[in-house]
Amino acid sequence: MISTYVLSQIANGFILGSMYALIAIGFSMIYGIVRLINFAHGDIFTIGAFTTLVSVAIAHLPFPVVLIVVIAVGAFVGILIERIAFRPMRGAPQVTGFIASLAVAIILENLAVMTISAQPRTFLVPAYFNTQIAFGDLSLRVIDLVIVTLAIVLAAALVLFVRFTKVGVAMRATAENYDVARLMGININRMIMLAFAIGSGLAAVSGMMWGSKYGQIAPFMGLLPGLKAFVAAVIGGVGSIPGAVLGGYLLGLSEVLFVGLLPPEYSGFRNAFVFGALILVLLIMPNGILGRSTETRA
Amino acid sequence: MRGARTLGWTALGATIAASLIYAATQTLDPYTLSIIGFMGINVMLAVSLNITNGFIVLFSLGHPAFMTLGGYLTAILVMEPERKAVMLRSLPEFLASTQLPFLPALLTGGLFAALAAVIVGFPVLRLRGHYLAVATLGFIFIVQSFAVNLSGFTRGALGLSGLPALTNLWWVYTFVALTLYVCWQIKHSSIGRAMLAIRENELAAACLGIRVARTRVLAFALGAFFAGIGGGLWVHLVTLISPHSFTFLMAFQLVVMVVLGGTGSITGTALVAIVLTISTELLRPLEETAGLFGASQIIVAVIVLLVLIFRPTGLFGTAEPDFLSWLSRFRGGRSQRPNTNQQR
Repeated sequence: MISTYVLSQIANGFILGSMYALIAIGFSMIYGIVRLINFAHGDIFTIGAFTTLVSVAIAHLPFPVVLIVVIAVGAFVGILIERIAFRPMRGAPQVTGFIASLAVAIILENLAVMTISAQPRTFLVPAYFNTQIAFGDLSLRVIDLVIVTLAIVLAAALVLFVRFTKVGVAMRATAENYDVARLMGININRMIMLAFAIGSGLAAVSGMMWGSKYGQIAPFMGLLPGLKAFVAAVIGGVGSIPGAVLGGYLLGLSEVLFVGLLPPEYSGFRNAFVFGALILVLLIMPNGILGRSTETRA
Repeated sequence: MRGARTLGWTALGATIAASLIYAATQTLDPYTLSIIGFMGINVMLAVSLNITNGFIVLFSLGHPAFMTLGGYLTAILVMEPERKAVMLRSLPEFLASTQLPFLPALLTGGLFAALAAVIVGFPVLRLRGHYLAVATLGFIFIVQSFAVNLSGFTRGALGLSGLPALTNLWWVYTFVALTLYVCWQIKHSSIGRAMLAIRENELAAACLGIRVARTRVLAFALGAFFAGIGGGLWVHLVTLISPHSFTFLMAFQLVVMVVLGGTGSITGTALVAIVLTISTELLRPLEETAGLFGASQIIVAVIVLLVLIFRPTGLFGTAEPDFLSWLSRFRGGRSQRPNTNQQR
């Protein structure tokens, strides 16, 4: 018999995992198509959170509209970053893109500090999000269910889109080989733009969830979840969307269980645990669980 | 003959540098002096980061982690046992009772960081490109969470404050000179050529009998050694160390110096480190009066993007600027230094 405590920890793991999964999808898609680890991805997560705050607290938009606004803003920023920073250095060595994305992250974070100050802000959510629902002994908030459902629906929709639509096939072809894809009449730039738009939109949604769940947002909030989602993407296999989702849930669950089940004096080591896991996975299974071996990582 | 001449030039350079430092300490105010100190430490850190990131192109972001390790150990070793008894009650006996002078403490801190680099390096340095970058970045967070949680050694998130202000320009610039000398010697020695060979083609290098893994770890450990000393110098300049003293942001700033200066160019990196330290300091009052905190960071980041787009090899590429090769020719000989300019 599993105790209620463990059950609620597992639920928390799924919630955290949902958010990691949505960010990790973006990492994976962008990596799959341009071989770039986009460090600024975590900041799009932050932008998503602040967009939600503005549209809920100032514009008083209803929730479904907020969701669309957040996805749109995230996608727009993603496209903008790709166009301004990454497109001019396409074809440069891997590390160049990585440094560029670091620079973009610094720019976005400092812009956020300059415009909205570094102070954390309280996040306002509609009251019904905090209503408790009981499942036997386990009680969850509405927002928890919304997070998990929304994450699963979005991830499933994306997997279906990439697998079965014409555009999805074109995206996969681009990820496989630029030149051949171009010969097939695919507009490479548009596909790359689309990957950035989708990935960034999902990261923004994740930021919205994070704010609603934890009730506080700050300009630097995106750094750590962004990095951890990268770990999730590596665990699942970078480049694979189902892998990113799987990695997100695995990481979310194991992180929460690490903190929840071990004695409290270990809970401070949760970041060490996550990055230790990253190094371990990279060494043992460099291609992740669902990734394919395409290049040397280790 | 040549040896005596080189010695003469070195002695002359050292005398000039020493008199400049003496003049500075006599005339300048403490604030300016501390900036000159940071400038030197930054040069040291950036140039030593260049051993891994420039010579072998192992893209490491781990310097802040090694600075934290070196900084804490140096601070603990320098502290008086009586203070340790109050601040750090659960230190192991051998640390609690010993107190070292600054120099051995710094060197121990550096060696400790280098040891950590060897232990971490053997598994992690098998990774490539941005996988290595993220793994070393993860290492920063791992060290940070140890620093927060091992409060018996570190006083946790509070950090160690009120450290003695032992770092002065003499210490800083002695180590700057040492770092520059060692890096210069490495670059122009068989080890350095081995590193460049690995950078250009690992397989070919291995076929030539270069021990790839060992050379990598050596480069990583050397960089970590100087990072550890740099950390020790830094914390005794600001008289404070906390788990958040050296973060990811520091890694970015150091990488910027290496990238802008030219990955592999010692002079370029050192020059950019100097210019960046001074300009950040000059921009600070501007930021404060205009209330635009973070503006200088943005400017630097934009410059990085522009350099990456328009001059991806950095200002100097891998080469050292001409006046130096002119100098070494003038010094008599060594003009047949291999031209490292030709890569790419």
